[in-house]
Order: sequence, then C-alpha cells, then structure tokens
Amino acid sequence: MSEKILEIKDERLSFFTPAGEVKALNGVSFSMNQGDVLGIVGESGSGKSVTAYSIMGLTAYPGRLVGGTVWFNGHQIDKMTEKEFRKIRGNEVSIIFQDPMTSLNPVYTIGNQIVEVILLHTKKTKQEAWARARELLELVGINEPDRRLKQYPHELSGGMRQRVMIAIALACEPKLLIADEPTTALDVTIQAQILELMNDLRHKLGMSIIMITHDLGVVAQMCEKIAVMYAGHIVEYGTTDEIFYNPQHEYTKGLINSIPKLNAEEKERLVPIEGQPVDLLNPPAGCPFAPRCKSCMKVCLNKMPPRTELSDTHYTYCWLRQKEEFEKGGKA
Amino acid sequence: MAKYIVKRVAMGIFSVFIVATLTFFIMNLVPGGPFVAEKSISKAAQQALAEKYGLDKPLGVQYLNYMNSLIHGDMGLSLKQRGRTVNQIIFSKLPVSARTAGLAVVVALCVGIPLGCLSAYNRGKWADNLIIVFATCGIAIPSFISSVVLLYTFGMNLKLLPTVGLNEPAAYIMPVTALAIYPTAYITRLMRSSLLDVMGQDYMRTARAKGVSSVKILFKHALRNAILPVITYVGPMLAGLMTGSFVVEKIFSIPGLGRDFVSAITNRDYMMIMGTTILLATLVIVANVVVDILYKIIDPRIKLK
Repeated sequence: MSEKILEIKDERLSFFTPAGEVKALNGVSFSMNQGDVLGIVGESGSGKSVTAYSIMGLTAYPGRLVGGTVWFNGHQIDKMTEKEFRKIRGNEVSIIFQDPMTSLNPVYTIGNQIVEVILLHTKKTKQEAWARARELLELVGINEPDRRLKQYPHELSGGMRQRVMIAIALACEPKLLIADEPTTALDVTIQAQILELMNDLRHKLGMSIIMITHDLGVVAQMCEKIAVMYAGHIVEYGTTDEIFYNPQHEYTKGLINSIPKLNAEEKERLVPIEGQPVDLLNPPAGCPFAPRCKSCMKVCLNKMPPRTELSDTHYTYCWLRQKEEFEKGGKA
Repeated sequence: MAKYIVKRVAMGIFSVFIVATLTFFIMNLVPGGPFVAEKSISKAAQQALAEKYGLDKPLGVQYLNYMNSLIHGDMGLSLKQRGRTVNQIIFSKLPVSARTAGLAVVVALCVGIPLGCLSAYNRGKWADNLIIVFATCGIAIPSFISSVVLLYTFGMNLKLLPTVGLNEPAAYIMPVTALAIYPTAYITRLMRSSLLDVMGQDYMRTARAKGVSSVKILFKHALRNAILPVITYVGPMLAGLMTGSFVVEKIFSIPGLGRDFVSAITNRDYMMIMGTTILLATLVIVANVVVDILYKIIDPRIKLK
C-alpha cells in the first residue's frame, strides 16, 4: 500500500514565448504513494495542470522542463523520450480532461475510441477489445452499453461523455489517474454523480488519483491530501483536515474564506483575495503571494520563504510561520 | 439517404431550369445577334437564316421551343459552327477538358494536402514559411503567366515537353501543371489552416494522452476532421475546371470546351451559350450533391435533410 508511485523533486518548467521565459513551475516537490488521492488546488495559471501534464509528457509547446527530477512508477520522466512516453500514456498513467464535450473525436464512435487505447497497450484481439470496451462502459455506469458503443459522441450527453472519458482512462487499469477539473464543465447534479463514480472506482481498482480543481468542495469530498499551488509553487501541503481546519499560508486562508459557509450569518459577505495573479514573466523576488498578502512583511518582498514543517504531513512556505517557529524555538 | 438524393436531384433540375430561363432572356436582352456581324450576307439571306433557326419568332415562342427540345435532351444546332449540334460539340470536347481537369485536381490534392500538413506541423519554422510563400505565389500568379513561363522554359528552351495538343502522355504535363497551380496553392492554405485548427482541439490532446503515435494521430484523428473544407472547395472547383480553361486551352492549343464558352458569347451563338451554361450549372449542382454526401460520410454529426 505504501509503495511510492510518484516523486517530484524541485520540478522547474518554463514556457519559452516570444515575450520571454514564463516560469510556470518554480520548484515543485511532492510525492504520492500507491492508492493516494491528492488534490491540487489553486487559481487559474497557478501551475496545477502544467504539473500534471508534465507527468505524462504532455507539456504543450513551447513549454520545457528546465530542472528537477520526476519519478513515476519506476520511470524517470524527465529523461524520457516521446516514444517512451507513448508506452506509459493511457496505460500506466491516464487523464480525464475538463471538457467532455470536446475531448472525444466527433467522427469516431465511442466504441472505436475506447478500443483504440486497448489495442494500443494490450495484446488483446479486436474481439476481446470490444468485449472489454463493453465491460468498461458497464463499469462507468452507462446503460445499454452495446448500443452506446456504436454511437457517436454528439449523441451522448455531457455526463455520459465524461463517463466515456473515464472508461477510456481506465481501459488499461492505470496506476495513476489524473483528473483535470473533471467536473467543472458539468451540471451540479452530474458533478456529484461523476465524483461518486470516481470515488467508487478508486476503491474498486486501487489506483492513485491526482485531482486538479479550483473547487474546494470537490477536494474536500475526494482527497486525502491537498497541495495548494500559487504561481508555480506549492505554497502549502497537508492532509485535507490540516488544510481545511488549520490553514497556515495566507493564500490558503484566503481560498477557504472565499467559499460560502452554510452556517454563516445571513449578511456575511464572501471575502475575495484582493489583487491580481502574479505575472509569471517577471515573478517577484520574494514570496510570490506577498504583493497580495494582508500580513506582508519586508522580508516577504525580498526573499522566498523556506519550508516550515508543521507536522509530518503538513508544510508551508511562509515567513510568518517561519518567524513563529523561530520564536517558539528561541523560547525553548 | 436515397430520399435525400432524390430530393436533391429534383431541386437540381429546378435550379437548372431557373438558370436556363434567366440565361435565355438575359442573353436575348444583349444587343446584336448571331448573324449581324456577317456583313457579306444580304438582308434576305439573314432573314432566311433567322427563319431556319427559328429566330424570327416571338421571344416567348422561341423560349418554349427551346425548353421543349431541352427536355428531350436536344440542345439545338450551333448557330456558328454550322451543321453541328451543341450536343455533338459538347460530347466531343468535354472529355478532353474533363481529362485535363481531373488530372489537375488529382495533382492538386496529392500535392496540396501533404504540403498543407507539412506546413501546419512546422508552424512558424522555415519549411512553413517557404510553403506559405509558394502558396501565395501560386494563388497570385495568373494562369496565362504560369502557362507562358512553362511553355518558354520546358517547351522552347529545354525542349523537354511537347508544346501543342494532347497527342502523347507527356503533352499533358504542362497544361495540367498550369491548371493545377492555383488549386494546389489554395488547397495547401486551406489544409494548413484547417489542420492547425484541428490540432488545437481537445480530442487531439486526448489522442496523445492515450499514447497514440503522432503518425496515427495525423492520419486517424486529424485528417478526417481537417479535410472537410478541402472537400467543400474541390467539388465546385472540379466542375469549373471540367468545363475547361479558356487561357490554358488557348496557350497549349488543346481542343477543349473552354474556348467555346468564351467564343459562344462573343459570337452570340445563342444555342452554344445556353448549352455551355446549362452544362456548367449541372456540373456544379452535381458536384455540390456529391460534396454533401461525402460530408455525411466523413462527419456523422452532419444531418442530411
């Protein structure tokens, strides 16, 4: 159970655009064990998707890994060629995208698209692959699988298509499933169904999941651990309880304050995080969140804070916490 | 599907009827007549000719007579090429034009599609820029220039290819090239932009995420989606080319139909004007029906109604 499946150390990735180097990931480190469900949260452009895509070698041009190491299931990802990536994509690691309406090829049947990935990675015959595809549709809760296999994506609803995407992702029983905002484009009721399905399948198949989302509700429901990302850094990492009940980074606190509470007073307003996201072309020298932070100190603007360990599973990068730790240590 | 085709054919026949009617009356509104220019003919002889071809009757009667014979598949006698029917002229010359046009379209597809793909795959790199420059030139340079340049270079200076007629296979090379340049360039550009559009689609990312090889992604996932605009263009273009190109046929002395289109108008050869117009209209309509059916086959989202 505790076999390490993914280990990312100080991953740095930049997009080399005509305007300059956009530093999308600035030293991301985390690891996952077999069966873990990790949520990556953060606002748009914080590097959530980039982190996940880089595990599959799907970084879009002109993005490039510029530093760090990534180990996945015994492969050193940062040294792999496109050809080697092809062997693990859809096989050991697969992904579900945000928009099921556009993620399936409109000119091929559902069956064709599921069978494609099975034939690619297994030695099954065509007949066996179609049987497996039928089985997968049943697994993801699609009724009348025989009929659905012959249908085209446009004949299915959004929720159904996302189920098909999940079926494709699970076709070769991957070790790691990346879900890139899998419910964002769906209706709320369908969202709940899809999350339930994923939870269910995770217990059945025992795979690890990386859940990328900006919806804290989804993370709370699905994940055991959460990484909060901001401007290409993991600013706080901890168990779901630690992040929700004991947030330590000012950005995490801001995120949690910006969700509506059920037990709140009637007229209590949501607290937005003021300011603009960081310009990754010219990232600030210090803590990237400092310009928007209410408790910003002088040092925050000049120097990146070091890691502060709050428990075995909980750490953050914030000068305030560093200061508290230092004072605690000083007194003792 | 069968019902759809029947419906489209019926609509096509109606369209041809409209085209024929409009052409007939507009043509007769233009001053002058088929025998006016021939000064050597006496008034009496002109009168006799007009009587022979039924041009002395009221316009309405002429129209009804023409339509009546058209329904029976007879497009009348040419007024200028004496003794030959319009049907004979078309059936003897159309195959020549159609053959050159068919070859030109095949060349245009075989060159334009790969070039467009190459260009899209190397977007922004030198190969792409080079192809774009060539494609722009191909679109901008008129066929009388490219024909003359070809003729001068390969026919006169290098003496590699025959310059006149279509009597041997090698003779097809230059006229077909001249005809193919524009559609090739156009298809290259269409293919490039359409493929770039498809390459940005989410399902392409899905295909990559499945571990499909890039060759298979191109041939299975991208091309089938990207080819639609090309098909839309090729259908009517083929119809246009099949009826011949005045310039290219003139320069290479090809006995095709293109010249008759133009000369029929300058000669006021009413029957030939009608015949060539109806032919072109029919070909365009047929091409469009074929294109629509191909659409349905390629993209299941398209409903034929």
